[in-house]
Amino acid sequence: MRRVITVTVINQSGVLNRVTGLLMKRQFNIESITVGHTEQQGISKMTFIVNVEDQAKIEQLVKQVSKQIDVIKVTDITEKAIVMRELALIKVVAPPNLRPEINSIVEPFRGSIIDMGKNVITYQIVGNPEKIDAFIELIRPYGVKELTRTGATAFVRDAQVKPLPQLSILQ
Amino acid sequence: MNAQVPLKKQQSATDQEVDQECKASKTGAEIFVESLQNQDVEIIFGYPGGAVLPLYDAIYRNPIKHILARHEQGAIHAAEGYARVSGKPGVVIATSGPGATNLVTGITDAMMDSLPLVVFTGQVATTVVGTDAFQEADIIGITQPITKHNYQVKNVQDLPRIVKEAFHIASTGRKGPVVVDIPKNIANAIFDVDAVQEATINLPGYQPTLHPNYLQIKKAVTLLSQAKQPVVLVGAGVLAADASKELTEFVEKYKFPVVNTLLGLGSIDGDHELFLGMAGMHGTFTANMAINNCDVLLNIGSRFDDRLTGNLKKFAPNAKVIHIDIDPAEIGKNVPTEIPIVADAKEALRSLLEQPFEAQDLTLWHEYLHECQEQYPLWYGEDGDEAIYPQYAVETIHRLTDGEAIITTDVGQHQMWTAQYYQFKKDHHWVTSGGLGTMGFGFPAAIGAQFAHPDQTVISIVGDAGFQMTIQELALLKEFKLPVKIFILNNSCLGMVRQWQETFYEERYSSSLMPVQPDFVKLAEAYGIKGYKVDKVEDVESVFKKAIESDEPVLVDCRVKELTLVNPMVAPGKGLSEMIGVKKG
Repeated sequence: MRRVITVTVINQSGVLNRVTGLLMKRQFNIESITVGHTEQQGISKMTFIVNVEDQAKIEQLVKQVSKQIDVIKVTDITEKAIVMRELALIKVVAPPNLRPEINSIVEPFRGSIIDMGKNVITYQIVGNPEKIDAFIELIRPYGVKELTRTGATAFVRDAQVKPLPQLSILQ
Repeated sequence: MNAQVPLKKQQSATDQEVDQECKASKTGAEIFVESLQNQDVEIIFGYPGGAVLPLYDAIYRNPIKHILARHEQGAIHAAEGYARVSGKPGVVIATSGPGATNLVTGITDAMMDSLPLVVFTGQVATTVVGTDAFQEADIIGITQPITKHNYQVKNVQDLPRIVKEAFHIASTGRKGPVVVDIPKNIANAIFDVDAVQEATINLPGYQPTLHPNYLQIKKAVTLLSQAKQPVVLVGAGVLAADASKELTEFVEKYKFPVVNTLLGLGSIDGDHELFLGMAGMHGTFTANMAINNCDVLLNIGSRFDDRLTGNLKKFAPNAKVIHIDIDPAEIGKNVPTEIPIVADAKEALRSLLEQPFEAQDLTLWHEYLHECQEQYPLWYGEDGDEAIYPQYAVETIHRLTDGEAIITTDVGQHQMWTAQYYQFKKDHHWVTSGGLGTMGFGFPAAIGAQFAHPDQTVISIVGDAGFQMTIQELALLKEFKLPVKIFILNNSCLGMVRQWQETFYEERYSSSLMPVQPDFVKLAEAYGIKGYKVDKVEDVESVFKKAIESDEPVLVDCRVKELTLVNPMVAPGKGLSEMIGVKKG
């Protein structure tokens, strides 16, 4: 199970270490983690994506992280309507003769060129992690020289989808 | 009127200035001692060194009782013993580097057993932190996973607040150790205002839940009222909440049978008719069968440790579980729980008592449990064997002290025998290393316990191997005239290791036998205390009596039967109903 967890923390030195150290101690596998300031001074927010076996494991994770003194709030937002974004920088081998072809792949992903060399172009792609995965998959045959991803950051949407009442007896 | 206002201001400003001048001379170290006094700290266990010289100088000038141990590990175990019996946080000081790392075992032990400790470590000056300076160790990094919280003081102005928060965190909610790392230059820094009184706790992420949810209590009451075979499992949470009275009232009201975890012993009178004994790996047959066959399991303040549950798949197969715990993370961690109740044990028991209900008729259940007790009592020894059985030694100590002594142990066979055969009359008399299972814990813990209760009989029952791990603390008995009684159940081996090798490794006693030992009696005498050796069963009673009745420290080297097992036992991987060694022969 892939879960998206957001953690609101007091921005003290060592707090990232506390959270990741705890996850390591309890044998949780972090897929990605991002941290940054929030609208409130002194408060930071982490978004991490973890893979867990079952519901009980994720409940343990949330409870254990909540216990940390510097942690104010932990939420598993996987089931909610959320916006999630990740940024990737990808350096692709792009000799001039192939550029139109490569650009035709980049365009639907709304990637932008942020650096250009004689034979390589660096693209920036923003989107949810699946979109970035898909882009990398398509661009890989041209030769990816370097790639770096920020990890996902996310929060819940303002309007949550309410479950619709069951109108039919058919599932 | 208007004219007077500036005048007044002027005057108070002058007062303040005078005040400031007096206080301006205070250093971080003095503020540190003042903060401890504000927390009503009456005793500190510690060991000095370079980085804590300023703190020790302040302690010298502002008297606060400090006990110099002979090793930092001894200091912290003493503080644990003190905390366990007094309920107050134990305070420890050690220097940077090796001083701090020597505390690691004790800190972990306190974390596992939820003991309130505030541990102060020295640190090299902030200007050289991170440069691998002399006696530098990253104690914040090292202790992060083994503390409830830790702090490094980076600004002397934060010191009063941090000390206050440290005591608050250590002694509330689920108690635990807090480390405060104080760099040497912070201890020397001049503190410019009197902020000790003003220091306020600012912990937005820390609000332990003490009061149970009313609806959950209602649900629990409904389930308990339907239970035909209920059992109450009581752990150390009840002791931490000081709720023995409420517990006893509750179980007596409904005639619910009670079993204890190792650390929960003493929460109910060991001779109480509803008490079935300790459950778990070396628990009584009856206690384990009660858990195995119950239909409702009310767990108060136990964390379903693996030594209690045995194989989780076979644990309480028919039970609906109600789990009361102050730490929400413990609920559902190991055992699926029908009714979780996050609360302090005392508050939860009070709430349960406020909702009277009609319990089912439990006669059949009690009859069954009674029969188990009759058929499968604890047993030891072989007919015609003249050796001193360790169980007999513990029984004798129990008889001679009426079950009212403070008892401390290490980990291993002697610990299990004490848990089985010393029926505690009262709460807060049992000090043992449960979760971490630390050898060398018991004896220094007894020193701490004796400091907390100078007038009570404090007995340390230890094994010959564990005792040698912190034996250097013997010096304290003479120095502080502590009448601690040490009983070494000496079987010349690492008893529990040997037991497992006998049972599961075909008697290959790999590095578990200790044929060469010091002469413990002479050793005691070298440290200026009395020592007796007992190797005949007929001498046990008289020597033990002499030792216990003495008002001085005494060491008794009791040569017990060497190859004997702790019985009964739930083998690793087995369920509670699959005990071995339940009957003699």
